[in-house]
Amino acid sequence: MATRFESVPDVIERLRSVDYLSDANIAGVVYLADRLEKPVLVEGPAGVGKTELAKAIAQTTGARLIRLQCYEGLDEAKALYEWNYKKQLLRIQADREHETSWAVVEEDIFSEDFLLTRPLLEAIRAEEPIVLLIDEVDRVEIETEALLLEVLSDFQVSIPELGTIKGTQRPIVILTSNNTRELSEALKRRCLYLHIDYPDLDREKEIVRVRVPEIDDELAEQVARVVRSIRELELKKAPSISETIDWARTLLYLGKKEISPEVIGETLHVLLKYQSDIAKARKELAPESAG
Amino acid sequence: MLDVLQGFVHELRAAGLPVSMTENLDAMRAVEHVDIAERDIFKAALGATLVKHHHHWNAFETVFDVYFSLYSPGVDGEEIDEQLWESMTAEAAGGGAGGEMSREELAAMLLEALMSMDRDELRRLAAMAVSAFAGMEPGRPVGGTYYLYRTLRQLDLDDLGARLMGRAREAGEVPDDELAQRLQQEEFDERLRSFRELVEAEIRRRLVADRGAEAMARTLRKPLPEDVDFMHASRDEMLALQRAIYPLTRALAARLAQRRRRRHRGHLDFRRTVRASLSYGGVPAEPKFRDPHPSKPEIMVVADISGSVASFARFTLQFVYAMASQFSKVRSWVFIDGIDEVTRFFQDSDDVTDAVHRVNTEADVVWVDGHSDYGHAFEVFHDRHVKEITPKTSIILLGDARNNYHAPQAWVLDALRKRAKHLYWLNPEPRGYWDTGDSVIAEYASHCDGVYECRNLRQLERFVTTIAEG
Ligand SMILES: Nc1ncnc2c1ncn2[C@@H]1O[C@H](COP(=O)(O)OP(=O)(O)OP(=O)(O)O)[C@@H](O)[C@H]1O
Ligand SMILES: [Mg+2]
Repeated sequence: MATRFESVPDVIERLRSVDYLSDANIAGVVYLADRLEKPVLVEGPAGVGKTELAKAIAQTTGARLIRLQCYEGLDEAKALYEWNYKKQLLRIQADREHETSWAVVEEDIFSEDFLLTRPLLEAIRAEEPIVLLIDEVDRVEIETEALLLEVLSDFQVSIPELGTIKGTQRPIVILTSNNTRELSEALKRRCLYLHIDYPDLDREKEIVRVRVPEIDDELAEQVARVVRSIRELELKKAPSISETIDWARTLLYLGKKEISPEVIGETLHVLLKYQSDIAKARKELAPESAG
Repeated sequence: MLDVLQGFVHELRAAGLPVSMTENLDAMRAVEHVDIAERDIFKAALGATLVKHHHHWNAFETVFDVYFSLYSPGVDGEEIDEQLWESMTAEAAGGGAGGEMSREELAAMLLEALMSMDRDELRRLAAMAVSAFAGMEPGRPVGGTYYLYRTLRQLDLDDLGARLMGRAREAGEVPDDELAQRLQQEEFDERLRSFRELVEAEIRRRLVADRGAEAMARTLRKPLPEDVDFMHASRDEMLALQRAIYPLTRALAARLAQRRRRRHRGHLDFRRTVRASLSYGGVPAEPKFRDPHPSKPEIMVVADISGSVASFARFTLQFVYAMASQFSKVRSWVFIDGIDEVTRFFQDSDDVTDAVHRVNTEADVVWVDGHSDYGHAFEVFHDRHVKEITPKTSIILLGDARNNYHAPQAWVLDALRKRAKHLYWLNPEPRGYWDTGDSVIAEYASHCDGVYECRNLRQLERFVTTIAEG
């Protein structure tokens, strides 16, 4: 399996070519993940581009993205594989009339045809290049986390009825977490760790420019500055990158050429979700428009 | 290289970071793929393999700067040591004046570099400023902050900030409205901050050259946020604590919820399973489980908020309220010599920090002289609320039990404990200080179900876990 990235600058360049703006830290860890063939655990506030990173890597390397969306109650049957119970029952029922021997039926119902492949198994079996995204892994319960750990260690799985299935490649694996709970030390040890934070001014401005291409440089700069200023306030929830982008789009849509306190007052609800945050930001940045 | 890396990992561990064997090996593999001269990338590689908790990042950065500040392409550490040391000795001999450049000249160049945000020039100027003003001499046992202070005093960054604004205004770059001014000011503040960091880095580099990384790292070692002592936290540490509380409580709440669910799961609902099996021809294909009915404890917090223990009370209240979803009810009181219920502040506001602030400014807690009187406060609490205590209530008392030689009225605790499920006491003082001077913790302790030392977030988290589990 050919390595996918030549160097860290290559990572930065190729991510940029699919409109994902990274930095030395993000690109450095992605490059290492590729070289060391280790999964990356990505943490950080909401909307800073954790999920998007996996998508961008897939897109820029021409790999298929396989996504396991985690949720509370996700179990082996939904993450790895499951026997198609209903189909098996029907098959057994149908056989009663034909009186086929049980051994034959058993062999039959535990064959490929009755197997429901879930994302993890799909990833292990994939022949073509893939990127595996395990999204919001902090939502699963400890038992499922243990299962993930097992799969990630050897990239293989044994199905009692079918034997061991081993992956033919070591794809890039990205796990994201919003840190609603501490993941186990064992899982963390297995992974490279990447914390993505809000971007600095220049990166945020660039993101706005690539994601909202119609915007001019001056307005993009102002957007990034105002957002930086708002993030300095003590808020319940600071604006995320996706909110910055939404805000920039809103400004364009409303035909605003520059940002005044009035404009901020009118559009703050796009950036901030909590009423108390909006009030606080308005008081600081747009006192005239209060009320 | 591997030697330096071992020293580095050793220091990380000494600073409290839990670096495992595997992680150590990963770091060794990682550095084979990155160039040490690319500092940011090299740092990313070490960070990704060795640091798995974001709140340990600051500690990691400090150690990283110390261990790798001297490395640059093609030169090994020792050579640089020699060079630096020589130039510093020369400077010291020349009276530390640092060449012909005057303070004004340097400031003027700095102004230009900051206007155009020329990073390389700024780095060069930072080095010049340190040579000129810090007065560093090899072997002097002085801390980096001293040198930083000396350098910055000469440069007067505040004045520079004002001049930058002046320049921008002259150039007509800043419109005459408040918003534009504010944004521009913030931009310059940011530039000045990054220059300040360059000066700090330069000083650190020279100190490391002089003393060696190991010794330097030792002097810089600081407790991790979860280990910072509530009673002696500096302003910066307070902020770090503040930021650490929320993620910690979220993580803890999720862990507790999960444990609770697990404990209540596993009861098969026989009737519903059989009913569901009908659609599979009588095969119980879909087992059904009973819904969990988690029972959550009720909490009453009674906190001393007099000066000595105020920050402890604040963090604990914040922590408990951030965990409110884990309890069926939380009520709180604060006292000094008078006592006041403050539950309303937390109910009115969805912002815990804000509520805590109101507690500190609005609660009515002074009765006679504003010195802690636990006995009186407990008595009043008892008279007003004893009837509201139920067998589901856990009461948590917070304070150092320094009672200013007032009557302890320990009988009150007995009365409370009889009605409550549990009565606990959290003391922010180190155990060694208990019962010295006017502390009467032992007397109170004999009427509690447990008295815990609670000096930092780690201990607080452990305690909250215990009570939330009932
Ligand atoms: N580095 C980036 N370059 C370009 N666009 C970005 C970048 N980071 C984030 N975005 C934009 O922000 C949006 C939100 O990012 P994403 O959904 O990946 O966030 P997330 O960190 O996964 O958030 P959550 O924790 O809510 O899942 C993306 O769809 C993209 O438009
Ligand atoms: Mg996401």
